[in-house]
Amino acid sequence: MDMLKLGETEFSSRLLSGTGKFRDKNEIKEVLEKSGSQIITVALRRVNLENPTDNILNYIPKHITLLPNTSGARDAKEAVRIARIAKEAGCGNFVKIEVICDAKYLMPDNEETLKATKILAKEGFVVLPYIMPDIIICKKLEDAGASAVMPLGSPIGSNAGLQTKSLLEMVIENSNLPVIVDAGIGRPSHACEAMEMGADGVLINTAIATASNPAKMAEAFSLAIKAGRAAHLLKLQEESRYANASSPLTGFLNL
Amino acid sequence: MSFLDVLQEYKDFDFENYLESVSDEMIKKAINKKKLNKFDFLTLLSPKAKNHLEEMARRAHEITVANFGYTINLYLPIYVSNYCNSDCSYCGFSKKNRIQRKKLSLSEVEIEAKEIAKSGIKNILFLTGESKKITPISYLIDVTKILKKYFSFVSIEVFPMSEEEYAKLHLAGVDGLTVYQEVYDRDIYKKVHTSGEKTNYEYRLQTPQRGAKAGMRSINIGSLFGLGEIVSEAFFSGLHASYLSDKYLECEFGLSIPRINDAEGHFKPNKIVDDVTFVQIMCAYRLFLPRVEINISTREEASFRENLLGICATKFSAGSKTEVGGYTKAKTEPQFEISDDRSTQEVIQRIQELGYEPVYKNWESI
Repeated sequence: MDMLKLGETEFSSRLLSGTGKFRDKNEIKEVLEKSGSQIITVALRRVNLENPTDNILNYIPKHITLLPNTSGARDAKEAVRIARIAKEAGCGNFVKIEVICDAKYLMPDNEETLKATKILAKEGFVVLPYIMPDIIICKKLEDAGASAVMPLGSPIGSNAGLQTKSLLEMVIENSNLPVIVDAGIGRPSHACEAMEMGADGVLINTAIATASNPAKMAEAFSLAIKAGRAAHLLKLQEESRYANASSPLTGFLNL
Repeated sequence: MSFLDVLQEYKDFDFENYLESVSDEMIKKAINKKKLNKFDFLTLLSPKAKNHLEEMARRAHEITVANFGYTINLYLPIYVSNYCNSDCSYCGFSKKNRIQRKKLSLSEVEIEAKEIAKSGIKNILFLTGESKKITPISYLIDVTKILKKYFSFVSIEVFPMSEEEYAKLHLAGVDGLTVYQEVYDRDIYKKVHTSGEKTNYEYRLQTPQRGAKAGMRSINIGSLFGLGEIVSEAFFSGLHASYLSDKYLECEFGLSIPRINDAEGHFKPNKIVDDVTFVQIMCAYRLFLPRVEINISTREEASFRENLLGICATKFSAGSKTEVGGYTKAKTEPQFEISDDRSTQEVIQRIQELGYEPVYKNWESI
């Protein structure tokens, strides 16, 4: 079985979903059912334990893995504090680090993200940092104990697709950690493209939440991701067959 | 460098001439641009752009959904004092108005806070008149500490202060700042602000940036419509927000579009912003500034607010009281008359019926 491993946990679905921007929180459950997504990111700032009707956690089925994110953090210190509060609030030990000090384009601060990753990985969190696609930062995050990297395709909410394609290709080629493309994926074809390129997963929120029918759109994304993954695996298979060709072209040379 | 320098560039700018030169072509181009420059923005504020309001609204809606989704942030105001040291001809709290003055004691603040917290909304804006003497920083800090027990995000709309003073309040738990320039036109500013600290135009103009430097997470600005020329006031409000968001990337900025209604001073507005113009300004703000928060208070009527929700509003107050002690005792005069007097629950229910998600909480105290 082709599984996505994050920390010690394995997932059969490679679609990570989100909880923001929905018309109605009740739509989340159907999105998860239709897409088979097993991981959902939740902004701790929106978790409202005091108000059961508003509490986003009450709308997520128990078997789904929560990926609390540190939305709103402007530096490593704040991200660390938010992650700890999320753990105490019962959101588990996964965390998506989002350090954003650019309210205009929501670009991540790679430097502060790395600092937060170092601290949280040591504390036993399964850390998934949201980053600008950069192979150097990916190496550093690996050393710091991250469990995956989440490079952006284009700005959050832009639906602009893989504008960072050549950078993503480098990240995918060089990263020893799973690569989950996050942000900017507006269409199933974008998601398919990322998977075909060799991404290990994609996180989709805006494009699903703001679709006219979120559950149907989630299903479409899920199919696109499976198709892209299948094509990627096939490509790998073909490459390896070529590498072990049964009758070498230079056999006559008796090398 | 401050926004003052930006304003200076427009000292001799001929608005009339520019607005006269606006063509349908220019308007269409501005609506469909990915990134608008300041002249595109001004084009959309022109009287001629009213003929393209539906297209503007559609584009504004699209941008808003992409950036904010189908959500609306909720907040409630709490008036803790109406003592004021300034004379502002349009304001109910103005020093010269003979109204009953009241400052809530800290235990009264707590009683009000408890009552407001029952709404479930975790975002509160506390307001005073502008009297540093009667409501000093130490009092504001004490109020903040009480409010932080019940709310995760606390904002202030009080007198302008120094960066150091804002930093003290931020440390105590204030994350948001609202300060309206009221009117960007210097001559009119002088006319309507006749005495008190508020007569200092430049100090007020530079207030948002002092707040941003002090670490505020969210800053809300705007012009009080009814005082100055409508187009230039909207233009400068937008430019101000744009200037600030370029300079202080880490801070979220918001724009309000307050228009004068009957306050205790019985001020007659010089310029009337009708509903069409209101929507035009709001859409122009959104097209020019895709990520700016657009805040619609209960100054506006219920049905009008509901319609704005479907276009590009992102923040609502709901069930507001504008009297000091309004949630529990309601004895004093309001700062302005409320037009949407539905309860918080009624507003929330309508938001849901309209297919939007009311956001009670959008910050965690960290």
